[in-house]
Amino acid sequence: MTSNQPIIETQNLSIWYGEKKAVNSVSMKLFKNRVSAIIGPSGCGKSTVLRMLNRMNDFIEVLRHEGKILINGQDIYNKKLDPVDLRRKVGMVFQRPNPFPKSIYKNIIWGPKVNGLKYEPDFLVEDSLKKAALWDEVKDRLHSSALALSGGQQQRLCIARTIAMNPEVILMDEPCSALDPRATSKIEELITTLRDEYTIAIVTHNMQQASRISDVTHFFYEGELIETGLTESLFTKPTEKRTEDYITGRFG
Amino acid sequence: MTRQRKQKLFHGLCFFMTTLTVVILAVLLTHVVMEGIEWISFEFLDRFPSRKPHKAGIKSALFGTLWVISLTAFFAVPIGVATAVYLQEYAPKNRIMEWVRINIANLAGMPSIIYGLLGLAIFVRFFGFERSILSGSLTLALLIVPIIIIASEGALKSVPNSLREAAYAMGARKWQVVIFQVLPSALPGIMTGIILAISRSVGETAPLIITGALGYVAFTPESISDPYTVLPVQIYNWAARPQVEFHGLAAAGIVVLLTVLLSMNLLAVIIRNKSQKTRTS
Ligand SMILES: Nc1ncnc2c1ncn2[C@@H]1O[C@H](COP(=O)(O)OP(=O)(O)OP(=O)(O)O)[C@@H](O)[C@H]1O
Ligand SMILES: [Mg+2]
Repeated sequence: MTSNQPIIETQNLSIWYGEKKAVNSVSMKLFKNRVSAIIGPSGCGKSTVLRMLNRMNDFIEVLRHEGKILINGQDIYNKKLDPVDLRRKVGMVFQRPNPFPKSIYKNIIWGPKVNGLKYEPDFLVEDSLKKAALWDEVKDRLHSSALALSGGQQQRLCIARTIAMNPEVILMDEPCSALDPRATSKIEELITTLRDEYTIAIVTHNMQQASRISDVTHFFYEGELIETGLTESLFTKPTEKRTEDYITGRFG
Repeated sequence: MTRQRKQKLFHGLCFFMTTLTVVILAVLLTHVVMEGIEWISFEFLDRFPSRKPHKAGIKSALFGTLWVISLTAFFAVPIGVATAVYLQEYAPKNRIMEWVRINIANLAGMPSIIYGLLGLAIFVRFFGFERSILSGSLTLALLIVPIIIIASEGALKSVPNSLREAAYAMGARKWQVVIFQVLPSALPGIMTGIILAISRSVGETAPLIITGALGYVAFTPESISDPYTVLPVQIYNWAARPQVEFHGLAAAGIVVLLTVLLSMNLLAVIIRNKSQKTRTS
């Protein structure tokens, strides 16, 4: 695997919802400019781990965790670190497209604006939409409502809006599960182009998708990280029996 | 009885009850309009009450109502909406807050005369605001704050969590999420609630009589410390007189009051429909 420093690393991360343990001692590394896929059967804790990485789980009152999460070597739960700063650096795209009920233009500039970043709005909008491969489709209606876009376009807008913050890492939780195959392949294409500038972690149920777009794959099972490997080798010669059973579709 | 027969019977019963309601309403309305129609004119709106029915008008009551609802809204809306925001977005989810909620719901169901007595003790006597627009408005504000809280809370609750998550994921702070995303999304619902609450206060009579709305006012108020009357109190005053002419005036007053109420409800419906359209398109 890559030899450089991981940009995000979890160390023996365990997570509970109330009394129920959802994630058990996961140590996972995400490397710079790599697309990491997180796969595993439903309910195995993929979303829970992913949402931990930008502290979106702070809003779930019953949730409690042990272990460490480091970003560039720094503990994200360090009292001195502001979770808002973390979320600026680690953006997130959700399962269901959730654009703001505002214009396309305002969707893009909202993040930089509330964060008080310096930006040139017209340029930022064009640049972000181009990077998200949406510019050509919406350039004539930037000021109309984002909710009038198709599901796939909305999801690319959500990616564009995340890009506009210029994050280091983009987390995606099943970004294509609400989309049709054509919209899905557009997003997959987009993800492969984003790899050069960003570090991406993507949760997916779609094994073909994981093998098409990711460099590294993490296989989760019942709250544990069972196997991590380069995507190619994990899908061709998994070392763990459970990984093999899952990728060959014997369960899941 | 077979299931189908039961089904039909129930359907029929519901239909009958609905028709009955509509018919009763229609009869009442026609009766009032028929009685009042000959008294309604521009002069009626522009004249002060008088001992001579043919010279009497509703101007002071109409102005009084406008003054009172404006001031009531001025007090009740910020308090009601802010409380709802606190309860829905900030308050911890625990027993104490549950208890607070239940009590707010109880307050919303309290008879308005109790608010009147409270207003009399606090605003008229203790603070010495006397029989003024201010006393009446503060009393009505107490009455509608719980209604505004409940309606606004409902509107805030219906804002999907995915919107909050989206905003947080963009590095927004809580106050930014609430002010720039959640509140604007809930605004149509909040506005509807506010309008309905205010229209409730337009029809209130008892608390205003207790806190000192007058039956006879021959001037329009000029400040919030002026004495005043409002539409329902004026109507009550006319209706309580023995002469038939005054009953006609009362009916005409009711028509004016209903017009005010219906236009407010219409406004609420328009706001709701408009927001539904923008949300689904
Ligand atoms: N808010 C919550 N409160 C309580 N339990 C939860 C909550 N969210 C998730 N869980 C539980 O934690 C476990 C892991 O859930 P998680 O959503 O992380 O799974 P997942 O791998 O993302 O599944 P899926 O592929 O279906 O999205 C599940 O057993 C789930 O029931
Ligand atoms: Mg999930």
